[in-house]
Amino acid sequence: MSDFESLELRGVGRRFGGVDALAGLDLTIRAGEFVALLGPSGCGKSTALNCLAGLLPLTHGEIRLDGRRIDTLPPERRGFGMVFQSYALFPHLSVEKNVAFGLQMQGVPRAEIGSRVRAAIDLVKLGEHAKKLPGQLSGGQQQRVAIARAVVLEPSLVLMDEPLSNLDAKLRLDMRTEIRRLHQSLGLTTIYVTHDQEEALSLADRLVVMREGRVQQVGTPDELYESPASWYVADFMGYRNILPATVVAASGGEAVVELAGAADGGVRLTGRAVGALSAGDRVRVAVRPEDLHVGSTGGGGSTSGGAGVIPGTVSVVEYHGREFAVGVQAGDTMLHARAATAPDVGGAVTLTAPVDRVLVFPESLDAVVPQAQEVAA
Amino acid sequence: MSSAGRATASLRHRLAERGIDSTLFLLVPGLVVAVALFVYPFSYGIGLTIQPTAAMREQWGGGALANYVAFFRDPFVFDSVWLTMRLALPAALFNVLASVPVAMVLRHRFRGKRLLTSLLVLPITLGTVLTAQGLLIFAGRQGWINRVLLELGMIDEPLKLVNNYLGVMLSLIITGFPFAFLLISSYLSGIDPSLEQAAKTLGAGWWQRFRRIVLPLLAPGLATTFVLTFVLAFSVFPSARLVGDAMGETRVMSLMAFRAFGEQNDYAMASTIALMMGAVELVVVVAVLGLRSLLYRGTTGGKG
Repeated sequence: MSDFESLELRGVGRRFGGVDALAGLDLTIRAGEFVALLGPSGCGKSTALNCLAGLLPLTHGEIRLDGRRIDTLPPERRGFGMVFQSYALFPHLSVEKNVAFGLQMQGVPRAEIGSRVRAAIDLVKLGEHAKKLPGQLSGGQQQRVAIARAVVLEPSLVLMDEPLSNLDAKLRLDMRTEIRRLHQSLGLTTIYVTHDQEEALSLADRLVVMREGRVQQVGTPDELYESPASWYVADFMGYRNILPATVVAASGGEAVVELAGAADGGVRLTGRAVGALSAGDRVRVAVRPEDLHVGSTGGGGSTSGGAGVIPGTVSVVEYHGREFAVGVQAGDTMLHARAATAPDVGGAVTLTAPVDRVLVFPESLDAVVPQAQEVAA
Repeated sequence: MSSAGRATASLRHRLAERGIDSTLFLLVPGLVVAVALFVYPFSYGIGLTIQPTAAMREQWGGGALANYVAFFRDPFVFDSVWLTMRLALPAALFNVLASVPVAMVLRHRFRGKRLLTSLLVLPITLGTVLTAQGLLIFAGRQGWINRVLLELGMIDEPLKLVNNYLGVMLSLIITGFPFAFLLISSYLSGIDPSLEQAAKTLGAGWWQRFRRIVLPLLAPGLATTFVLTFVLAFSVFPSARLVGDAMGETRVMSLMAFRAFGEQNDYAMASTIALMMGAVELVVVVAVLGLRSLLYRGTTGGKG
């Protein structure tokens, strides 16, 4: 369905009243790819999508489809399908007519419209609701209409703006699978904006993590998950424990750091250094909850090969089915860990982690930007 | 407990179920005012219409209904229906249709938007008499328009812009347009802008977006706006007298009612004309709202 080779964004930027909502976005998207733009609200991901759709004019850069410049075309001439966060279904038109709208605009013959609309509605399994108005459908059904309306045109590119954010958790999972299925079975090229890293990791072939209008890192889910380029990206990739610290010593890709604000006496950890670090640098240490092992204080001696020992007090225990999520208060900071058995709340524990599971990042995020782009290249 | 059919809750709950609770007291002030200032005078007026003067009975027959016979039989009176319609319908139509493109443009953000909006809405504050006064000065025989055109040699004698149909029409537009514009602006802001964006990405040009998306969603609002501006224009009185041709082409119904009341001291006939005025308005309002009920009237997705 994607009848192009590559879509190229070069230095795309958008300023709103003197503020860069999006700056210097360089990205090449190959046909058939599923690319997710990931970041918190205000990071520029939706701006990027709207610029691509033509709904926002660019202030910098250009967009080329197979070398042909398209950023000068109005949105109605770009031929991209778009799925809006609010679905933006035409409330006065039935499901059928919503889906047929784009085909009618293209002047497709009536008979062909009928069959293509039916096929698209069947594809999203809404056959029995074809005559209903959007207001009579549930959120998930409306979402499927929005998708059918976008894909019925067989667009070269489908843009999705947080399409699942208005759905409840269970439906979100179902629709996630549905979107991935449609992407694969129709051979679509999809750009997907989200703030949910799980959604991005599970759907996308490639992720673009953004912050304050700039790209932080581009890579496959695996690359980002295993080797985030900055603590900001790590934060998005499930490193829930992000701790400020100072480098004590650094050598051979490893760094010894002293945690700030931990229990008195100073807690030292050894971790994998990401980027060049030297003693005295302010850093952030990132550890996933599932990599933090909860042990009892009495145990002792089990720290060999570990990154170090963080003493603390259990303050929260949540039941998560196969395991327990444990909140441990260590000095001023709350650390998140997992445990197979529930420790006593208020009990003293120690937290340990393997050295290669503790990532040490420079504190400044601006410094890592060049490196992030290196990864992207 | 086999109380499938019978509610067992307390009386208080059962009353609340039917909307009867202490908040109903909030209706009291409104009801008192409505009865004192509308229901009673209105009923009294209806009563007056079936107590025609002896002269009317004599002239038109029909007994107690002599005033109604007079209304329909006397061309001098009955023609005023047409004369009023001829002003109110085009004025309301123009106000609604002209407001749509202006309101569409003013949805977007641009420099000077607030100033422009204020200028468009300002005439609301003027009142009809001041508007009429302004029109006389501006567009009268010795007004600025005529003086400028004469000086420029574009016309040989002053254009007749006031003291006729045109003068009243201008006045109705000046006073009615801001209302229509404000109403339509608020209806437009109730339409989710992402609907138009979606239509754009689906390949619709501006006319198709307007015709297929905005207009159908706006239409019920247009109908309501039309009804309101029509009623406003239909009851035209000061401008019909001040900038119109009160005994000729702008001999509107309210003028006829005033004439019966003020000049002929025939309260009964004045009430009859006033009542018929209401009846004509009601016919138009019901017709328009009837058409409106055929349109889509659900949510328009916006902020409302």
